[in-house]
Amino acid sequence: MEKLINDFSFGLFFWQILLFVGLVLLLRKYAWKPILEAINNREAGIKDALESAEAARKEMQNLQADNERILNEARAERDAMLKEARQLKENMITDAKTEAQAEADKIVAQAQATIASEKKAAIADLKNQVAGLSVEIAEKVVRKELSDKKNQLELVDSMLGDVTLN
Amino acid sequence: MHRNLGTEILGVMQKRTVVKILLIFTLVFTTSNLFAKETKEEGSGDLKTEIKEFIDHHLQDSHDFTLFSDKATHKHYGFPLPVILWDNGLKVFSSSKFHHGETVAEVDGNYYKLYHSKIYKTDAEGTINYDEDHHATNAKPLDFSITKNVVSMFLIGLLMFFMFRGLAKSYKKNNGIPTGVGRFLEPLVVFVRDEIAIPNIGEKKYKRYMSFLLTIFFFIWLLNLLGMTPLGVNVTGNIAVTFALALLVFLITNLTANKNYWGHIFWMPGVPTFMKIVLAPIELLGIFIKPFSLMIRLYANMTAGHVVLMSIVGLMFIFKSWIGSPLSFGLAFALSILELLVAALQAYIFTMLSALYFGMANEEAHH
Repeated sequence: MEKLINDFSFGLFFWQILLFVGLVLLLRKYAWKPILEAINNREAGIKDALESAEAARKEMQNLQADNERILNEARAERDAMLKEARQLKENMITDAKTEAQAEADKIVAQAQATIASEKKAAIADLKNQVAGLSVEIAEKVVRKELSDKKNQLELVDSMLGDVTLN
Repeated sequence: MHRNLGTEILGVMQKRTVVKILLIFTLVFTTSNLFAKETKEEGSGDLKTEIKEFIDHHLQDSHDFTLFSDKATHKHYGFPLPVILWDNGLKVFSSSKFHHGETVAEVDGNYYKLYHSKIYKTDAEGTINYDEDHHATNAKPLDFSITKNVVSMFLIGLLMFFMFRGLAKSYKKNNGIPTGVGRFLEPLVVFVRDEIAIPNIGEKKYKRYMSFLLTIFFFIWLLNLLGMTPLGVNVTGNIAVTFALALLVFLITNLTANKNYWGHIFWMPGVPTFMKIVLAPIELLGIFIKPFSLMIRLYANMTAGHVVLMSIVGLMFIFKSWIGSPLSFGLAFALSILELLVAALQAYIFTMLSALYFGMANEEAHH
């Protein structure tokens, strides 16, 4: 300890403090500040670049996901539209069919009605004509057969038989 | 174009010459140091005492930059440094006046003599009076001389300034990416920030201590490394230097401390009142012990390293045999490599503990 105190030189201590403090101040202004700033800036730059790259990657993923979604939606829409169209087509065909059937049925019914009424009229006409004819025949037969009673009766019988057969 | 090329070539040449000069210096000094010892050995009988004195002398600061000396011819090779004394007025003169302690320097009618690396005021004959313990009793003027250590510190400071100014500038030139030697320096700066400052002080407050921590780390490291060169400087192994550094740590710690820190010292929270009273003086003592340990640790490590290394180098000259000398050379070589590690380690420990103390001074209350 005595040697230490003996070795201690105040002059050296003085210069050391002076030089060192001067050096710290000088280096702080001209070296450490710009160096640390530059390193910090660079590190911040690298961090930013990495972050933005990550963000870009995420955005890209989002975009891809979006695209996928939009594509799926479009596909679904197309499918729906096609389905609708098919439905529509089928409906139209069925409608047309039923309508046509109804029309046809109506025409057939009308035709049948016409035929029936025509038939009725014809039958009535025929009946009238047959009646007239029968009356005429009867008149002629009566005129001719009135002379022979037996013949008259025979004729009437046969004629009547014929008529009922008709 | 021509001018650009000129400056570029000059720049490259400057770099190369700096490296070359350093190389030449190292080579010259290594060989000449060894040579100097060789001649001494011839001139003196008691080699062991001489090696001991040489080591003692090396560990101390010196008023001139002696690179090596020749005892046989009493010649010193090196250059003198300015001596600045405060003795009823400022006295400035060259240390060459002392002739390495052999003569008395006369300035303005006052006589000064260099004795064991210290300047004493004497009479015209240079008489030194001793007390019974063989300590000089002469008056000692206040010595503000630019000594070998001051020159070394100044040179290291200059080197640091140019190195880190260069690094700072290279960012602007090259879009925030360092060039050249900066590529080596930048990771060290980042190391101090990420491994020393932030873990110990915390993300929020570390910034205001960064200048000090970076400066002290590189300052101690480079001075430790300079101590490994054969220039024979021992700055970080000098108690005045480590005291100054520790004092700065002490001042910064206590001047930037927050309430919580002082609360923990004078009125430790969470313990009974009696313990608070007992703990206060202990904690108060701790304030001084912490930087004191910093001072002693660096001083002792560097001094011990120098002593051991130089003793082993000295062994080479004591053995003077084909087995002993190469052995101690190998040992000295291995130890030099270890000392290189210690140079960085001590700088790291000093910075790390400083950061730890700063961190303690800034700790937020967590009770």
